[in-house]
Amino acid sequence: MNTNTNQLQKTTSSISVSMEKKPSTTIWKKISRNYVLYLFLLPALVYLIIFDYWPMYGIQISFKDFSAINGIWNSPWVGFKHFTTFFQSYRFWTLMKNTLVLSGYQLIAGFPIPIILAIILNYSTMKKISKFAQTATYAPHFISTVVMVGMLILFLSPSNGVINKLLSYINLGPYFFMGEESYFKHIYVWSGIWQNAGWNSIIYIAVLTNVSPELHEAAVVDGASKLKRIWHIDIPALLPTAIILLIMQLGRIMNIGFEKVLLMQNNLNLNTAEVISTYTYKVGLLNAQYSYSTAIGLFNNIINFTLLIIVNKIARRISDTSLW
Amino acid sequence: MKLIKKEKTNLISTSDPIFNLVTNILLILILIIAIYPLYFVVIASLSDPDAVNSGSMLLYPVNPKGKLLNFEGYQRVFKNHRIWLGYYNTISYTFFGTLIGLIATILAGYSLSRKDLMGKKIITTIFVFTMYFSGGLIPRYMVVDQLGLMNTPLIMILLGSVSVYNIIIAKSFFQNTIPQELQDAAFIDGCGNGFFFLKVVIPLSKSIIAVLALYYAVGHWNSFFTALIYLNNEKLYPLQLILRDILIASQMLVSDVTDMESIGDAQRIAESLKYAVIIVSTLPVLIMYPFLQRYFVKGVMIGSVKG
Repeated sequence: MNTNTNQLQKTTSSISVSMEKKPSTTIWKKISRNYVLYLFLLPALVYLIIFDYWPMYGIQISFKDFSAINGIWNSPWVGFKHFTTFFQSYRFWTLMKNTLVLSGYQLIAGFPIPIILAIILNYSTMKKISKFAQTATYAPHFISTVVMVGMLILFLSPSNGVINKLLSYINLGPYFFMGEESYFKHIYVWSGIWQNAGWNSIIYIAVLTNVSPELHEAAVVDGASKLKRIWHIDIPALLPTAIILLIMQLGRIMNIGFEKVLLMQNNLNLNTAEVISTYTYKVGLLNAQYSYSTAIGLFNNIINFTLLIIVNKIARRISDTSLW
Repeated sequence: MKLIKKEKTNLISTSDPIFNLVTNILLILILIIAIYPLYFVVIASLSDPDAVNSGSMLLYPVNPKGKLLNFEGYQRVFKNHRIWLGYYNTISYTFFGTLIGLIATILAGYSLSRKDLMGKKIITTIFVFTMYFSGGLIPRYMVVDQLGLMNTPLIMILLGSVSVYNIIIAKSFFQNTIPQELQDAAFIDGCGNGFFFLKVVIPLSKSIIAVLALYYAVGHWNSFFTALIYLNNEKLYPLQLILRDILIASQMLVSDVTDMESIGDAQRIAESLKYAVIIVSTLPVLIMYPFLQRYFVKGVMIGSVKG
């Protein structure tokens, strides 16, 4: 069908060259009748071409020795030199480990909590407080990363942070939380959960309120306890949504939030706080090693993309839910 | 429908007293965890720096006798012209960036929602691909450089002004609210795409416009990355970059507290000033938030509808 129309289009377009005018196939008719719709696409498309597709042309410098004098096109090819340099550098495994530990931890701790939160909000018998708690837990989502990290530094300060003051009442501390490399991942992940768990629970709450009440009524008639109802009715209802979200998070597993990590870094915690994205920034913009930085970025990107495709395939096979 | 919901809540509240107790206790705990840090910042910004630093201020603003609230921090913030400049810059970036993004997003979202758009699949793929694959930091940096947008307000306005995710939200909204039959009927009456969009679609889409405007505005307001990479002219710095200097690099010490007698005093003031800075910078979002919360939530709902 498609090839047929394509052929048709080809032949008719060659005809229309010779005969001019005469609106030929239905395809052209459809396109020209809806030319306004294509105009509508233009602004967004121009944006994407300039800021997303045009930069992809520059990816080639990861296989070249870029110099500003030669420009992108004329810089000499060097094959996989920058990739092997990266793989062989002593930083490689630390960076990989830090990135994976941080995002893996975030995924494992951050994924179930919004679901649990949604269930608690849904089942609480104090409806008014529950409504208020919803609003309150969404709020931190809108705090900027800079303010979030600023709050962490204030609260966790060893000299006058409130956390250390509270700990001192039970004769603990003071701890220099932000400067201790082993604490970094915990602070990063749990502050992230504080900020986003409420927001991420919105979808789950919506799913729960859409569960057919008859199911619950039938379960109650059969004498099922609330825990049983959660396990046999609510959890299965939440599963498809949860899988889609999991896929999306897995696809971003190497894309740990650059801003927050960078802002939380200091000289003391850098051993565990340097991740691939912050490293590409430092190598690329602060040290101006354009090719090397682009190579690291590309490596990161490819892993992400492959992961997304694999996870999506698995999800489709086991549960019929997938991104595409 | 409402009746059914009521029945459901009745059923929920009748049985399992232990379960109810546990969930309610958890709910209260969650509420405290969510609110207390924010509340702490508010009361700390209104308290005497010594009380905050010593840890004696925990539940309400603490000040020396005779004073209920301490606005010293705010007074210092208002005197700081870097913050004002940052405020001004951020407001203008947010305004224009949101405007441009909104127009591009609504138009593209509507177009992609129409069944009679030929090549819809290819176009959608072109859009969605950018969500999962990008040239990376340096290639984009080079493009911006080549365009001469480095160190200009324009890059702050343009970059991040169009989000494919938001286009998809708009698209599913239009798919669900503007049925094909409505369009067909209008077209039979001789209405074209452009006219139909302006006279029929836009008036029906106030809620999605509000949702997207909010998403974009918050995004621009909180944006820090673009400025970090593409700006080095201090006059163009948005609020977030100045906040970073004050909150994280503690730069306020040098520039603002020079009239203090001792370094210790200066540090004491600077620490407590940070709380006021947080409030002042987050205020627009905080004030808007309770009124507009339902729109934000609506956006998540629309976005979660697949296809």
